[in-house]
Amino acid sequence: MFSEEALLPISALQHLLFCRRQCALIHIERAWAENVFTVQGGILHERAHEQGYESHDGIRVARAVSLRSLQLGLTGVADVVEFHPASDGLETAFPVEYKRGRPKAEACDTVQLCAQALCLEEMLGRPVPAGALFYGRTRRRLGVAFDAALRETTQAACQDLHAFIRAGLTPEAMYDSRCASCSMEGACLPRACGGKRSVRTYLRQALETP
Amino acid sequence: MKRHLNTLYVTTQGAYLFKDGETLAVKVEETVRLRLPIHTVAGVVCFGQVSVSPFLLGHCAENNVAVSFLTVNGKFLAKVQGPASGNVLLRRQQYRMADDTATCAATARFFLTGKLANARTVLLRALRDHGEKIDASAVRRVVDRLSQHLTGLEARSDLDALRGLEGDAAHAYYGVFDQLIVSCHEAFRFAGRNRRPPLDPVNCLLSFLYTLLAHDVRSALETTGLDPAVGFLHRDRPGRPGLALDMMEEFRPFFADRLALTLINLGRVRPKGFITAETGAVLMDEATRKEVLIAYQERKQDVVEHPFLREKMPLGLLFHMQATLFARYVRGDLDGYPPLLWK
Repeated sequence: MFSEEALLPISALQHLLFCRRQCALIHIERAWAENVFTVQGGILHERAHEQGYESHDGIRVARAVSLRSLQLGLTGVADVVEFHPASDGLETAFPVEYKRGRPKAEACDTVQLCAQALCLEEMLGRPVPAGALFYGRTRRRLGVAFDAALRETTQAACQDLHAFIRAGLTPEAMYDSRCASCSMEGACLPRACGGKRSVRTYLRQALETP
Repeated sequence: MKRHLNTLYVTTQGAYLFKDGETLAVKVEETVRLRLPIHTVAGVVCFGQVSVSPFLLGHCAENNVAVSFLTVNGKFLAKVQGPASGNVLLRRQQYRMADDTATCAATARFFLTGKLANARTVLLRALRDHGEKIDASAVRRVVDRLSQHLTGLEARSDLDALRGLEGDAAHAYYGVFDQLIVSCHEAFRFAGRNRRPPLDPVNCLLSFLYTLLAHDVRSALETTGLDPAVGFLHRDRPGRPGLALDMMEEFRPFFADRLALTLINLGRVRPKGFITAETGAVLMDEATRKEVLIAYQERKQDVVEHPFLREKMPLGLLFHMQATLFARYVRGDLDGYPPLLWK
């Protein structure tokens, strides 16, 4: 069990799975930079958040729902949680997360969604078997079932995240295809900090040729 | 990539700045003279009697826009900024490095290398541009001296020795600085550096440019999460931004000194724009100050290639880049701090 003090943002899970250095820069170094992608994401979220409660086809829709799990040590806000009527006459929560781009090969979006589901289970005391990811680019919903394997991956990622933040070490940079879409590039300097460029060499060369 | 945004300098006495929707508005004598969308502004610098509404201050803090208050003559008074940015681990590591004598000296050496190399480049440029109008052999002697000191830096590992080399280099550099003034030379004489107060127009101009530079470097360090007060070359002294002064060293020659020379040599500032007070202290008149601020802002728009990162960027972004590179050095990502070596 984690104390409230020790809770980490759910979004950090996604950062960790996308790039460990990005996660360190945002959550350890506290550097944050907006780029066109984060601003678009922000606008998308704002729209998802501003509409409040509504109800259609017997489904209640809550927006900007605060979540936490003392078991996993997470806190955050779900874009949308739908409450579907259940056979026992109660409701089953169904989280929906809005993403700017398109479905990704990495598990980071499904893990983030599953983490929301685990928070909901802990807070509501009822099982949350499924949810969905809504991708802005494809304008499609992708259903996600929270099966045992995904739950295990998510729990492992949470443990990993807590150990990672506690250690406080920023991993070495590595320049690759992910860097093009990363807003942290200006703070990360992957081409200079990836072990490729040496300050000592730079100084020697610069001073030899005035 | 961080964008280079403009800094708004307000020099009109009695101006009132307030928030109007998402814009920053400037009112002078009941007339709104200027409106700027807040997201296009990186900082606001108020000279003298300029007031800012609390709502605008709050809005600036939320939008990461630093607001500074300076006296009419550019002495720093106060700054309003949002919650402290950055990372306590970075700052603790900075303090540990500053406490360790050997690391402190090694770090100071990076700053001094930048300062000496860039001072040398300023002199080499002058030789190239005005070789026939100046005492070229005297300037060349100082170039050689700076080259020797650059090599000497490598061999010195204690701070006092490094500071000694710096002192000698600065003395030699300012000793020929007068040679670099090729226009209105009677009025713009430079017989050495003085600053409290500046006693001639050149020193007045340099002091003002150094103030602007210190402000920008300090903001960049704060934005990166470093503590601008804990320096390496400059020892801690309460109230003194040691690290900001350290990082300024590499910028002084090519950012401030060259700009002062350009302003004088191209006649953009004139002798009558400077006022001598009874005590001998020299001040700028308002029109001259404005001219200098405009030139400084223009200079920040110039695009250069960063010699270490090998990326093109406006000069104004260099402060942030150097602060970021320093933070990466502190966090152990780089094998040293790469000072900006100007060619």
